Amino acid sequence: MSAIDILRPDLRLIADWIAPNSRVLDLGCGDGQLLAALQQDKQVQGYGVDFDVANVVRCVASGVNALQGDLESGLCQFGEQRFDHVVLSQTIQAMRHTEAILNEMLRVGREAIVTFPNFGYWQNRLQILHGHMPVSDTMPYQWYDTPNIHWCMLGDFEELCAKNRIRVLERVVMDKGKRVSLLPNLRGSLAFYRVARG
Amino acid sequence: MTDANCSVGIVAAQDAVFDTPLPLASGAALPGYQLRFETYGQLNADKSNAILICHALSGHHHVAGRYHADDKTAGWWDNMIGPGKPIDTSRFFVVGVNNLGGCHGSSGPSSINPATGQPWGSTFPVMTVSDWVTTQARLADRLGIARWAAVIGGSLGGMQALHWSIAYPERVAHALVIASAPKLSAQNIAFNDVARQAILTDPEFHGGDFYQQNAIPRRGLRLARMLGHITYLSDDGMGEKFGRMLRSGEYQFGYDVEFEIESYLRYQGDKFSDYFDANTYLLMTKALDYFDPAKDHGGDLAAALKPAQAQFLLASFTSDWRFSPERSRETVQALIAAGKRVSYAEIESAHGHDAFLMTDQPYVDLMRAYLNRVAEEVNA
Repeated sequence: MSAIDILRPDLRLIADWIAPNSRVLDLGCGDGQLLAALQQDKQVQGYGVDFDVANVVRCVASGVNALQGDLESGLCQFGEQRFDHVVLSQTIQAMRHTEAILNEMLRVGREAIVTFPNFGYWQNRLQILHGHMPVSDTMPYQWYDTPNIHWCMLGDFEELCAKNRIRVLERVVMDKGKRVSLLPNLRGSLAFYRVARG
Repeated sequence: MTDANCSVGIVAAQDAVFDTPLPLASGAALPGYQLRFETYGQLNADKSNAILICHALSGHHHVAGRYHADDKTAGWWDNMIGPGKPIDTSRFFVVGVNNLGGCHGSSGPSSINPATGQPWGSTFPVMTVSDWVTTQARLADRLGIARWAAVIGGSLGGMQALHWSIAYPERVAHALVIASAPKLSAQNIAFNDVARQAILTDPEFHGGDFYQQNAIPRRGLRLARMLGHITYLSDDGMGEKFGRMLRSGEYQFGYDVEFEIESYLRYQGDKFSDYFDANTYLLMTKALDYFDPAKDHGGDLAAALKPAQAQFLLASFTSDWRFSPERSRETVQALIAAGKRVSYAEIESAHGHDAFLMTDQPYVDLMRAYLNRVAEEVNA
C-alpha cells in the first residue's frame, strides 16, 4: 500500500490533485504527513510551513522540510511562482487576513488548493436552528475557544475568488470521507477547491 | 538514564601537525600549523557517520566529556553530545576542533613561531571563516572522512557550517546552522570593536607582543568579556537571574560591586582573562566581522549558496538579539530562493544568544529529530 493510500480521506483527495515531481508548499502543514506521503509516492519537493514548533519537530522527524512561520505575515520568504501547488488545508477559516493569503498563495504558486469546513452543512444549520453555534467533527470547537474566525459556505468562497479574479478549476465536497454531489452546500461538511489566477 | 551513562566519559585531546603551507584569505600564508582536536564515538566502516562540531568565538575542541574523574566541568556542548543525546555518540563519530589562531592547543598567536623561537604575537596572520574551513577539510582528509554526515555549529560555528556547505558542497550531507547570521550587522561589528578597543588600549597589550614582556592585557580581556556577556544574555533572562539584587541589601553609594549582576560579570570577566588569549580574541572577532559569503556575489546570498548540496537545519531563539531570528530568516530565505532543502525553527527561549548552549525542550527535540534522520541515512 502506498503512503498516499493510508492518508486521511481529505488529505488523500488533496494528494490526488498534486502531480508527480511537482513543487509543493503546504501551509499550516501540521505534522507534515501530506508532504511525507507526496515525497514518498510522487517524488514531490516542497516545504511545510507551520506556526507551532512542535509541528516543525514532527515534520523534521518524518523527513519533511518545515519552516516555522506565521502565515498572517504573508509568504514573503518565497519568490514569485516558485511552486506548482500551494496547499492551505482547513486553515483559511482561522486566518485574519483571508483575502491576503489567498492572493499570496497564487503569487508564489501556479495553483492553490484550499479546503475548509462548510458552514452551510445541514447539521450546522440544524444546530443554529436549535439556538446554538455549530460543533461537529469538522468544526470541533466551542464558540468561546475556537481559533476559527471567518466562517463561509461554498458560495461565499466562490464570490471571494471571483472578486480577486481567481478561477475555480475544480471543486469537491465531502462528508465523512465520502464525496457528495447532490446538494453539496447542504450535505457537504468539507469543501475542497483547486484554484488558479485568471 | 543517569548523567554518568549519557556522557562520553573521560576524553583526551589529540594534535594533528600539518607541514603543507596554508595560503590565507588575507594573502598571508602559514608555513605549517597544528590543530588540536577531540573525537568521540566510532567511525563506521564506510566512514559515513562523522559529524564536525565548529566552535564559536571563545570555544575550542573540548565539546564533550571530561579530562579526568574529578574534572568539575565537562566539554562545552556536553548537554547535546553523548550516548543517547541528540548528537548521539553511540551512532556518530564526533570531531571537535580548536580553530587555527586559537589558544587551546592549535597554532595561534600565543604559540611559538618555529622560525623565530618566539611567540607569534602580533605577527600571527588574521584568519577568516574560510581559512578555518580549509584547515578543517585538511583534518578531515587526515581522518579519512570524505564527507561529513553533518557539520554543526552555533553563532560563529554556524558561519563555519554554512561556509562548509558552499566551499565543499560534496563533502557535507547536512549543515546545522544555529543562532547564526549570514553576516554581522553594523551593531554587531560595533560591539566587537568596543571589545577589541578594550584589549588594544590596555597598557599591558604591547602591540600584541605582550608574551615576551611577561605581561597579560587582563583588564582589556575582562572588559571585552563583560561586554560580550551582556550581549549574549537577554534582558529578561538577566532580570530573572539577577534583577536588582544587592549583595549587602543596601546601597553603598560607591563604585565597588553592589548589584549581583556586577559581581557576576566581573567574575566572568576575571575567569576569562585567566585562560583566554587577547590576540585570539581579536582574531576571532575579526573573523566574525569579515564573514559575508554574499560579498563575492554582489550581495546576493542565494547566489552564494547555489553550489551547496547539503540539507539544512536552521534554528534561532526568540530572545537572541545579538543573532536575532531575523538574521536566521535571511539565510532561510536565501536557501529557499536557491532551491535548497531547509528546515527552520524559532525556539522560544529566555536565554538570549547563549540559548544554543542550553536545553530548551523544543530545541533539544528538534536536534534529536533531525539527527535521527541523519543517523538513519548513514545506517548508524
